[in-house]
Amino acid sequence: MSGRILIRGGRLIDPANGVDAVADLYLADGRVAAVGQAPDGFQADETVDAGGLVVCPGFIDLCARLREPGHTHKATIASETAAAAKAGVTTLCCPPDTGPVIDTPAVGTLIQEKAEQAGKARVLPIGALTRELNGKDLSAMAALKAAGCVAVGNAYQPLANSQVWRHALEYAATHDLLVMIRPEDPWLKEQGCVHEGRLATRLGLPGIPESAETVAVAQALALIEQTGARAHFGQLSCGRAAAMIAEAQSRGVAVSCDVAIHQLHLTEDDVDGFDARCHVSPPLRTAADRDALRLAVASGAIAALCSDHQPHEPDAKLDTFLSTEPGMAALETLLPLTLRLVELGLLSLPAALERLSAGPARILGLPRAGLAVGDAADVCVFDANQVWKAEGAHWASRGRNTPFWGQEMRGAARLTLLAGETVYRADNR
Amino acid sequence: MADHSLSQDLQLDSQGRLRHFLTIEGLSRDLLVRIMDTAESFTSVTEQTVKKVPLLRGKSVVNLFFENSTRTLATFELAAKRLSADVLNLNIRTSSTAKGETLLDTIRNLEAMQVDLFVVRHAESGAAHFIARHCAPHVSVINGGDGRHAHPTQAMLDMFTIRRVKGPDFGKLKVAIVGDILHSRVARSQIAALNTLGAGEIRVVAPKTLLPVQVESLGVAPYTDLDAGLDGVDVVVMLRLQRERMNSAFLPSESEYFRCFGLTEQRLARAKPDAMVMHPGPINRGVEIDSAVADGPRSVILQQVNHGIAVRMAVLSMCTPGGHA
Repeated sequence: MSGRILIRGGRLIDPANGVDAVADLYLADGRVAAVGQAPDGFQADETVDAGGLVVCPGFIDLCARLREPGHTHKATIASETAAAAKAGVTTLCCPPDTGPVIDTPAVGTLIQEKAEQAGKARVLPIGALTRELNGKDLSAMAALKAAGCVAVGNAYQPLANSQVWRHALEYAATHDLLVMIRPEDPWLKEQGCVHEGRLATRLGLPGIPESAETVAVAQALALIEQTGARAHFGQLSCGRAAAMIAEAQSRGVAVSCDVAIHQLHLTEDDVDGFDARCHVSPPLRTAADRDALRLAVASGAIAALCSDHQPHEPDAKLDTFLSTEPGMAALETLLPLTLRLVELGLLSLPAALERLSAGPARILGLPRAGLAVGDAADVCVFDANQVWKAEGAHWASRGRNTPFWGQEMRGAARLTLLAGETVYRADNR
Repeated sequence: MADHSLSQDLQLDSQGRLRHFLTIEGLSRDLLVRIMDTAESFTSVTEQTVKKVPLLRGKSVVNLFFENSTRTLATFELAAKRLSADVLNLNIRTSSTAKGETLLDTIRNLEAMQVDLFVVRHAESGAAHFIARHCAPHVSVINGGDGRHAHPTQAMLDMFTIRRVKGPDFGKLKVAIVGDILHSRVARSQIAALNTLGAGEIRVVAPKTLLPVQVESLGVAPYTDLDAGLDGVDVVVMLRLQRERMNSAFLPSESEYFRCFGLTEQRLARAKPDAMVMHPGPINRGVEIDSAVADGPRSVILQQVNHGIAVRMAVLSMCTPGGHA
């Protein structure tokens, strides 16, 4: 059982409860015991001086691949949850495209057990929407939910047709399961690997049109409205898709969406020179898309920022662009890249932290994701001004496939607590 | 980082000389003119009884062809041999990568054999860039065509042919490139070369299904009507319609394509009376070009093939350390 911890003198930002003040935080038995004033008789086993630091809820990442089971040559649950802890992420959702796929309770349970053994972060599996992600046969969603899956989705795999889509949404709604949708029309995507635009035309790379996303969003929205399912669109890439979802939200449709943090900072031009580190799915799009997505985050239409963490072994990126595997290792750049949005004046710091904690918690339907008395002591204490370089000594993930490698980052976690247990502490302060 | 500067960094050595030849983008007008001037000096070699010069004696050139080619491979092989290099032709499609070896391992194994230059043909865009970025410092890479991206020696032999027929002033020329622009690495390199050489006007002519999005960002004017696209042009470049793509939904049929976009003598009358007709080959007679035009007085198609050897000799010699002409 965790002891009693006093986090003293930090700027406490708790977006779920509207708190932004310099205040002491008292933790006991893995939960928040008090804010501001010490509870009667509180004797701290440990006191953390958080002067000049931000104290906030641990981050909740809606999409992070841990590569286990099945792809341990890339990373493991232990290695990536350690990276999560270092990044201030205390809860993360793992998509179902593991090997084997998360389409049985056994796989979902295995992942949670491994995460518990590692003890660095809470891992919430997303179950497969269809068996083996085959796009045709519905998975045993009730059993998956009973085994701890917080949602269902089909990861990168398309559904065979719109009737399967409809039934999948209806069946998920039957069990009150959130459906996570990565909107992409497979026929419009074809063999594409970059945004279909200026750069694709110049470099002669097969493009993925914006319509691959908007057509898929339109189709899914129509079915969501008809079925009444709870649905979430993950990792949007274009402004028009965000606008379509915002419009549906304004009509009262129960849909939400997130964006991978790199989509708010990179554009198609970053692929120039065939930079495979920028080979991501969905692709990096135009500066106009990036700006529209930023505005949608600022307005709250996009309620969550995720890492879309995809660690790879070095060989996965050592080939011709089209033959490399998409995705970047992104857990450890999630916080500094979010803070860049604050520096740019797009979001206040509390609003930015809301998109990393209370926002995703609300999407998942998690009961509490703040620092009110009684809440789980999932806490991140970070230094918004610490400058560090994304390189070997400062990198915990096994994947080093990021275009930010070698770049200076501003903002780093100093201490991460999971249910009151220290899961990461920076070496020096 | 912009590709122009990256290509420049990758392609040029500290003295501004060619180290690799991967794309036309980022290269100066002077350098393109120097390639053509060097090619000019080699044309006399190809006309001699003993068609050899010792510029690359003792050097090893490997033609690494991951994709089928007849003309490009033959002209690179002849060009290297006429420069007295040792030449190794490797058809990688039936070789080690088919057994699962990575592209990088293939390159490293060949490097270990102390070769000096790779000519790379590959089905994927960026393959030559990738190899150039990862090969040993003493090895040069020439792009022999990568995916839809670039075919810079083809573009240079086309520019060389235009210069020989029309003279060195590209500024007065209107050029129409007709056909499958979407999938054409030749078109992309030609457009880059024509822009660098200051061509007066560059048009691309194709049905919308074969025009890449935002093609005008390449510095061209798009046309979907062949008659309008040919109106008053000095140079007509016909591109091969790739039969292998005819079954997909790009076009209804070869015959309809020929009716709308095939070059006939009647259509050619829209161009200037002295307009020259080019084609990088292989040609599909009756699909993109009528035989009467392909074999007619304004066609320079076979001259292009011949010039390919001189231009490739120029590029090989300019890229090889110690081989600078």
